[in-house]
Amino acid sequence: MTNKKGRFGVHGGQYIPETLMSAVIELEEAYEHYKNDPDFNRELTALFNDYAGRPSRLYYAEKMTKDLGGAKIYLKREDLNHTGAHKINNVLGQALLAKKMGKTRLIAETGAGQHGVATATAAALMGMECVVFMGEEDTIRQALNVYRMRLLGATVVPVKTGTATLKDAVSEAMREWSSRISDTHYCLGSVMGPHPFPTIVRDFQAVISKEIKEQILEKEGRLPDAVIACVGGGSNAIGSFYHFINEPSVRLIGCEAAGKGIDTFETAATVSTGRLGIFHGMKSYFCQDEYGQIAPVYSISAGLDYPGIGPEHAHLHDTGRAEYVPVTDDEAVNAFEYLARTEGIIPAIESAHAVAHAIKTAPEMDKDKIIVITISGRGDKDCAAIARYRGEDIHE
Amino acid sequence: MSNIRKAFENGKAFIPFITCGDPDLETTYKSVMAAIENGADLIELGIPFSDPTAEGPVIQGANLRALSGGVTTDKIFDLVKRLRGETDIPMVFMTYANVVFSYGSEKFISICSDIGIDGLIIPDLPYEEKDEFLPYCKKYGVDLISLIAPTSGGRVAMIAKEAEGFIYVVSSLGVTGTRCSIETDLSSIVDIIRENTDVPCAIGFGISTPAQAHDMAAIADGAIVGSAIIKLLEQYGKDAPEYIGSYVKSMKEAL
Repeated sequence: MTNKKGRFGVHGGQYIPETLMSAVIELEEAYEHYKNDPDFNRELTALFNDYAGRPSRLYYAEKMTKDLGGAKIYLKREDLNHTGAHKINNVLGQALLAKKMGKTRLIAETGAGQHGVATATAAALMGMECVVFMGEEDTIRQALNVYRMRLLGATVVPVKTGTATLKDAVSEAMREWSSRISDTHYCLGSVMGPHPFPTIVRDFQAVISKEIKEQILEKEGRLPDAVIACVGGGSNAIGSFYHFINEPSVRLIGCEAAGKGIDTFETAATVSTGRLGIFHGMKSYFCQDEYGQIAPVYSISAGLDYPGIGPEHAHLHDTGRAEYVPVTDDEAVNAFEYLARTEGIIPAIESAHAVAHAIKTAPEMDKDKIIVITISGRGDKDCAAIARYRGEDIHE
Repeated sequence: MSNIRKAFENGKAFIPFITCGDPDLETTYKSVMAAIENGADLIELGIPFSDPTAEGPVIQGANLRALSGGVTTDKIFDLVKRLRGETDIPMVFMTYANVVFSYGSEKFISICSDIGIDGLIIPDLPYEEKDEFLPYCKKYGVDLISLIAPTSGGRVAMIAKEAEGFIYVVSSLGVTGTRCSIETDLSSIVDIIRENTDVPCAIGFGISTPAQAHDMAAIADGAIVGSAIIKLLEQYGKDAPEYIGSYVKSMKEAL
């Protein structure tokens, strides 16, 4: 699906300043070499299994299934990974690659803080310096994760430009990378940005769908009818979809953050409200105004609060292979509370967007159908914000 | 031949950069006229973008001020038409790929040609992606300006061979903004450029003082200054044109 210049249909590419071209070419060459290197893959598998706790569980949510009265629901428990989210998969891969490339310093952007925490963790493990850029607004929404990153030895830089959220953190990380390339790897957290990032991040996250496939075949003897995941940039979703893309019987559903609704300006639902554009190194769909100015998007979820979507998702949307649906703040918060009460699992507010769509869809499906929902992260980080959403002020 | 060549016929070229609409388009008009009257050879007009990833804090601020003042691409086209009533100096736009793309690439570039814009500088459009706009630039006679960076290494010759208008040599790593000193070995980069093309080259990023401008112009065919001028706009607002005039004069004399 990827051709020479990292295109997915019309999407993707390398729209970056000339200063960064040598860095992405160096990265692409290193990745092409190591991705098929048995030693690299052995080391990475050992890190996945012994350090991050893979494979993650595929859990049959029996109470939820009975309560909704439709399709059988399985949860892919990426929240049980070390650091509490799927982000660690990509970060261990990129940090190991960076180390092989002789880099000594990792920089990263983060929204909810999960990717920042994962990067700080890998840097600590591998003895690398780490600087994380985080929108100032998000440092307030996710104060606990800021502390975790500092505890892990990383420097957290609050980004005050623009809307002071994820997109501004990405911009600032790109600026920092262009000023210091020789010893620094930009550990991008999602399937976005210039080629080769969308491919590298997808490949490291594809372990999710590889495991789902093996686990569901073992438990049910067949493939699921639908895989549902939340989408910001789209890394856990592409990881959950990847090994099912060529299995047409499996519906692939990405849940975008609709914020206060796709008919309002306070939304981050890129496929529903955006149009084709060029930003952050890639051609894809972006929320933007008529003159191409990037829109100040909004979602209760700091991790989905991004005005674009990864180029491979944009392509899967174009071809109709995957469906992208909007889920509002309200629906996500209800699902957050529902999963906690029903299954004793507190999902990340990001993942709650996927749960919310399953709550809508499962009852409409026959009981012999199977849904897999990827729980991309755990929700401890969100408890204070959800309490505030419900009008209760708690101290973390 | 490209109109941009004219900028390099009067000794070393001085190229000021001004973000359109900061703080308003009337001030932009007066600033451009003041720069021309005081010896500028080519004007680089910035169309603001919400998320200028190649810019440092100074030009980011200008982009933000301009956009909050309500400037749009269409209003900037009108400004250029008004300037073209007064001057035939070479003028180029500097903006980000999405501003051109979302307007409709062909429509944007054909309007550039109609209103007398001679070239386009798009910092997030490297050699590998230039086919995004190049066919329209060729069709309508607008030069797509190539950038070469300190990290370009083996790419310099490849880029230079296909360059048009002039080559923008980025002096340093990182983003735009004034710097105390410029450490890159620019003369070897310029040597490779000269072996591969007779298109003139100008150095930008980090230049603010007459002494720096002199040193850079000694290596190349001209010097580009952005942040130092934007700082005058930030400091003096609507009164900036007069200060920009005397600044441009001092810089051009130093070349």
